[in-house]
Amino acid sequence: GTQVKDVVIKPDAPNTLLLDKHADYIAAYGSKKDDYEYTLSEYLRMSGIYWGLTVMDLMDQLHRMNRDEILEFIRSCQHECGGISASVGHDPHLLYTLSAVQILSLYDNLGSINVDKVVEYVKGLQQDDGSFAGDKWGEIDTRFSFCAVATLALLGRLESVNLEKAVEFVLSCMNFDGGFGCRPGSESHAGQIYCCTGFLSVTGQLHRVNADLLGWWLCERQLPSGGLNGRPEKLPDVCYSWWVLASLKIIGRIHWIDKAKLRTFILACQDEETGGFADRPGDMVDPFHTLFGVAGLSLLGDEQIKPVNPVFCMPEDVLQRIGLHPEGFLTSENMLEMSR
Amino acid sequence: TCSLPFKTLGGVENMKCGGFMSVLTDLVSNPAYCGFRDRKEWADLEPVPQDDGPNPVVKIAYSDKFTDVFDYFRALLKKDEKSERALALTTEAIELNAANYTVWHYRRVLLQALQKDLREEMRYITAIIEDQPKNYQVWHHRRMVVEWLNDPSEELDFIAEILSQDNKNYHAWQHRQWVIQEYKLWDGELDYVEELLEEDVRNNSAWNQRHFVVSHTSGYSDPSVLEQEVQYTLKQIKKAPHNESAWNYLKGILQDRGLSSHPGLLEQVLELKETHCSPYLIAFLVDLYEDMLESMDGGQGQEEPLSKALVLCELLARETDTIRKEYWRYVARSLQTRFGSGDPSVPTVETEPQTTPASD
Repeated sequence: GTQVKDVVIKPDAPNTLLLDKHADYIAAYGSKKDDYEYTLSEYLRMSGIYWGLTVMDLMDQLHRMNRDEILEFIRSCQHECGGISASVGHDPHLLYTLSAVQILSLYDNLGSINVDKVVEYVKGLQQDDGSFAGDKWGEIDTRFSFCAVATLALLGRLESVNLEKAVEFVLSCMNFDGGFGCRPGSESHAGQIYCCTGFLSVTGQLHRVNADLLGWWLCERQLPSGGLNGRPEKLPDVCYSWWVLASLKIIGRIHWIDKAKLRTFILACQDEETGGFADRPGDMVDPFHTLFGVAGLSLLGDEQIKPVNPVFCMPEDVLQRIGLHPEGFLTSENMLEMSR
Repeated sequence: TCSLPFKTLGGVENMKCGGFMSVLTDLVSNPAYCGFRDRKEWADLEPVPQDDGPNPVVKIAYSDKFTDVFDYFRALLKKDEKSERALALTTEAIELNAANYTVWHYRRVLLQALQKDLREEMRYITAIIEDQPKNYQVWHHRRMVVEWLNDPSEELDFIAEILSQDNKNYHAWQHRQWVIQEYKLWDGELDYVEELLEEDVRNNSAWNQRHFVVSHTSGYSDPSVLEQEVQYTLKQIKKAPHNESAWNYLKGILQDRGLSSHPGLLEQVLELKETHCSPYLIAFLVDLYEDMLESMDGGQGQEEPLSKALVLCELLARETDTIRKEYWRYVARSLQTRFGSGDPSVPTVETEPQTTPASD
């Protein structure tokens, strides 16, 4: 049969970008501190703040967020080992260490934390095979390889870990379809591919990717509705618009996506009443999908949104200020140059 | 809903539509539930007024319970208390929010400090995973317990049970791969994969698992194994021609040796084209012709495969796979440059066109 798993976009779905509504949604989000969903998501609060701040900055609305409160919060989340937790009273983890460093980069305030200790923490999580654990309990995942190098790159301390081994591990997660999974042998998944291509960009190893093969797998994620899924036979989801699109941008093949159709899908995921984006049209919105909807539109070239960096998912102007130039958007020409 | 972060909020999943009512019912009428006011260790806490109906008061009341449990949790954490009641508290906290990784950490510390029965813990984590199978923490916890017990004997059956509810659960598959590799449980896995593919031949996770098993056991370099896999895949394609996973698998197992080098494959695919065509088949043919041209190495007879490939690229761009026309135009240009009348020493430069600004 030819049944394709997809959504149907209703004719009355939103089709214009409602930036003001999204800014209002995010600005109000953190203020409802007794809101159940907010309380329940405390275990990822640092990432939640990163998602909110980044999307506000992309919309040029960062000034509406409480900078001082957030900086104080981050300070109180750094543990003795150097690692940073999702919230006060939670254990440190690489995921939230990266989010914290991203936030501090947005606010140009890396001095809020002990940078040397962060580096020590990240370094301590690298395993013999080059992989990175998420925390002291040892879960291994290419997501954490990305978190490690992205954190160190933002701190200007990339050489603190064994990059050669780190690269070796990530490449060992490359699959027969050109994609990457969380560990060697794991199924290719767009989220993991984003982490691995981002990792290879930061470490200057993009030429090791088979860009044509991977680019093909990635553009195959686009469904008739225009939305992108994360792996074959799955429904489209706005966050995959980011993971897939950013990956394509990193390997220089973003034009292999039908941009107009994707834009239509992303816009349809907005909620006209509450503001924010949901995973797919008609569902409940949340800050996570709001960031990736807006960031996806930025990658597609929407001029109302600041240019976003596809590796770090942060405004390009922040990375320029830091002086970071990961080797993204390579052409075959550049790659030939590099491999000489 | 999305299976990334927000879905792992567990309880939030239940909070949609009838969710509040079901939680309320638990609070009020579950006979096994012991109200906080009746528990000695909660005696110092103010009882939460119970109410009926899905209104903001109920919502706040539930938040109070949540806050209470976690305030109490944080207090014990600060004391670094290693006691039975601390373990019991982690159970309560996990029930409220199984995604809180700090609670799981603390639970593991307690399990070891109190030398708890790990078989009982296996039963516990089994129940939790069955309830919330799409959560990183629960699977990592299970892995730790299996490692501590050094006993994987329940794993394959358990994972199969979880996969029977959602046969693409990414966490379940990773756990399965870990168990198989760590404890060398390869026997029977290929049969299991085939069972799953019988149920749903488009299950990408199962195809990935097939590759995992074969590459770690016989490998693909044995020609009879390779041929067996090729024929198996073509058979599945005949059952369901529009199957991205099967075609990706076919390409994946052949691409190192070269698609055009496999005896009889071109003929089989051309035959399939008549009765079981799909965009994937045509794409595969393009790849096959490309490989053919590569192995000709500039020798005679390039015109025919080249023109066939170019015709197919145009068909894909114009008709069968228009959403990816940029990709097909790239492939055509690349083929033309490398094998056509163009200068083959000039590599095709793949660059993004100037981005045109989008407007509503």
